[in-house]
Amino acid sequence: MDFGLTEEQQMVQDMAKRFAEDEIAPYIEEDEENHHYRREILTKMGELGLLGWSIPEEYGGNGMGWMEAVTALYEIAKVHTSWRLSISGNCWGPAFTINEYGTEEQKQKYIPGLVSGEFVGSFAITEANVGSDVGAMKTTAEDKGDHWLLNGSKMWISGGHTCDVGLVYAVTREGGGVKGLSCFVIDYRDIEGCERIPIHSKVGMWPAPTSELVFENCKIPKDALLGEEGKGFQICMWMLNNTRMGCATGSAALAAACGEGAAQYCNERIQFGQPIGKFQAIQHQIATLKLEEDAAKYLVYRAAWLKENKLPSQQATSIAKVYGCKAAVEGANLAMKIYGAYGYSTEYPCGRWLRDAKQFETLEGTSNIHMGIIGGIELGYQPNR
Amino acid sequence: MGNIVVAIKQVFDTEAVIAISGGKISDQGVKLVVNPFDEFAIEEALKIKEAGGADEVTIVSVGGEKAPEAIRTALAMGADKGIHVDISSLGVIDEFVAAEYLAKAIATVPYDLVLAGRIAIDDGSSQVAVRAAEVLGIPSVSSILKLDIAGSTATVSREIDGGTETIEIPIPALFTAQKGLNEPRLPSMMGIMKAKKKDLTVLTPADLGVDATAKSNVLEYSLPPARAAGKKLTGEAADTAAELAKLLREEAKVI
Ligand SMILES: Cc1cc2nc3c(=O)[nH]c(=O)nc-3n(C[C@H](O)[C@H](O)[C@H](O)COP(=O)(O)OP(=O)(O)OC[C@H]3O[C@@H](n4cnc5c(N)ncnc54)[C@H](O)[C@@H]3O)c2cc1C
Repeated sequence: MDFGLTEEQQMVQDMAKRFAEDEIAPYIEEDEENHHYRREILTKMGELGLLGWSIPEEYGGNGMGWMEAVTALYEIAKVHTSWRLSISGNCWGPAFTINEYGTEEQKQKYIPGLVSGEFVGSFAITEANVGSDVGAMKTTAEDKGDHWLLNGSKMWISGGHTCDVGLVYAVTREGGGVKGLSCFVIDYRDIEGCERIPIHSKVGMWPAPTSELVFENCKIPKDALLGEEGKGFQICMWMLNNTRMGCATGSAALAAACGEGAAQYCNERIQFGQPIGKFQAIQHQIATLKLEEDAAKYLVYRAAWLKENKLPSQQATSIAKVYGCKAAVEGANLAMKIYGAYGYSTEYPCGRWLRDAKQFETLEGTSNIHMGIIGGIELGYQPNR
Repeated sequence: MGNIVVAIKQVFDTEAVIAISGGKISDQGVKLVVNPFDEFAIEEALKIKEAGGADEVTIVSVGGEKAPEAIRTALAMGADKGIHVDISSLGVIDEFVAAEYLAKAIATVPYDLVLAGRIAIDDGSSQVAVRAAEVLGIPSVSSILKLDIAGSTATVSREIDGGTETIEIPIPALFTAQKGLNEPRLPSMMGIMKAKKKDLTVLTPADLGVDATAKSNVLEYSLPPARAAGKKLTGEAADTAAELAKLLREEAKVI
């Protein structure tokens, strides 16, 4: 067993940290305030290979896998949680799934652009009335012989109105469900009948756009189908088992940001004639932050290691995701307390940490759903994939 | 033009907490990085190569057993190959010895241009690169902010008191880079992967046949005194303001 990073992984970590500090950190305040999605950051991520994990080099992949990916994502999310979404939105969501299920033509058409940052990507499962119960989705794709006709709507789609290409899951067989869904690759630059409506009401994640998509007799080409017709549910679950690593890693990183910020504040803030870190009660809070940070981080690495070694990882991924969310929410909560009134001020990052932490409990499977997966696998009710 | 050699040094990270143990600066738990000024030199070499001005960029580093990490970072940025002069067997060396080794190592490859950082942020001597130029018998200009090469002539600019100095100089020559010369790139993921496969030659002191013993000797290292406690001025606002202005001028010497 080895808990250290290899020299390459160390370089990945250094580079991602510098990237986040140089290219993301300077814009946090401005972009939070204006709810602005700064596309140039995605372009730069692509140039540096930060969107090409576990993708064959012939399609522009960076030649690295899960361990390196979570190492980089962690450093990015620690600086600004919103930007961790792009790795799922471009790489693990569409690119990696197309690589697994796509035809050669689809791979060549979409993966290089998603990986280079030329395209913004997305994936759309959720609907206004369909969240956790994916199989109950209502959006339909009707086979019209020479094309598919999409009708329905998707809700809470990350990058929905900013993306160029994305995956859309829809019902292709009466009744939908596990056997009735299919997955499609949509080129949004090239379709009519799709209205993309930005959602401005989010509590946090302000620089990461979220949208509603409305499909009305939206014609999409026959070859937009990804994988087999009727296999959409399986493809979706396969994809989520990957994209969830974004949440797991992002939340673990957010917990770390809270811990580091709080520790620094404790050494600077003087009360009763000494740094507040000297008070035992505060030390325990800092210790709790550290416990959560470490536990969350190593659960992420375990899940990444299983994935890298192509071993069943679903349970470990859910564990990392549930624990990461808990660590992030508790971390943000504690940080806000430790920073006192300044923690409650928008001049300090505590408010953003707390707002951003709360998303993780819902996104990519709520904590209840993941507890169900963890328990179900433990009890032998479902296989660990 | 053929080959550019970039001399780099591995140094403590700028955020490292410096501690002295057993009379030496302790590297316990310290993160090591490429000297930030050397990054400008690497970037400049890569830019020249990318613009078609050079065929190959070779990184040379005289350093201990961890120095290859710094070299591989430069290779990941895009340099072609590296040479590590492993001096871990030598104990403490001074600038004279370092320059001798650096020059000999540079001379193992053909070069038309040698670039280095203006200063290493650890010991801050600003000597080694320019002394290596002396050993190699080539001219050098320090702290450059601009570099243009045309044929066998280089035109460089540097900041001098109150203005800019532009110098024309024949190559091969050595230049040290000042902050502002360029914006160093970050290594890409693909670059990091490629770096693994690039040539990194390790040379020992014996391989280079340098016969040099230190001419200077460090007597002692000491940490700066801990920051003194702040001063609190009390009394009427008008009086304390006058007192503050006086202290700022006479004691702190900032106004
Ligand atoms: C910022 C943001 C970005 C998003 N991005 C995307 C995206 O890019 N693509 C996409 O498709 N979706 C996206 N979503 C949607 C997200 O995946 C869903 O919100 C999530 O799947 C939960 O669905 P829901 O919100 O409808 O909650 P519901 O499923 O309605 O759940 C409501 C509550 O009931 C509980 N619950 C539901 N079923 C069970 C059960 N069986 N057992 C126990 N408890 C249960 C849940 O835990 C939760 O507490 C995003 C959401 C947010 C907030």
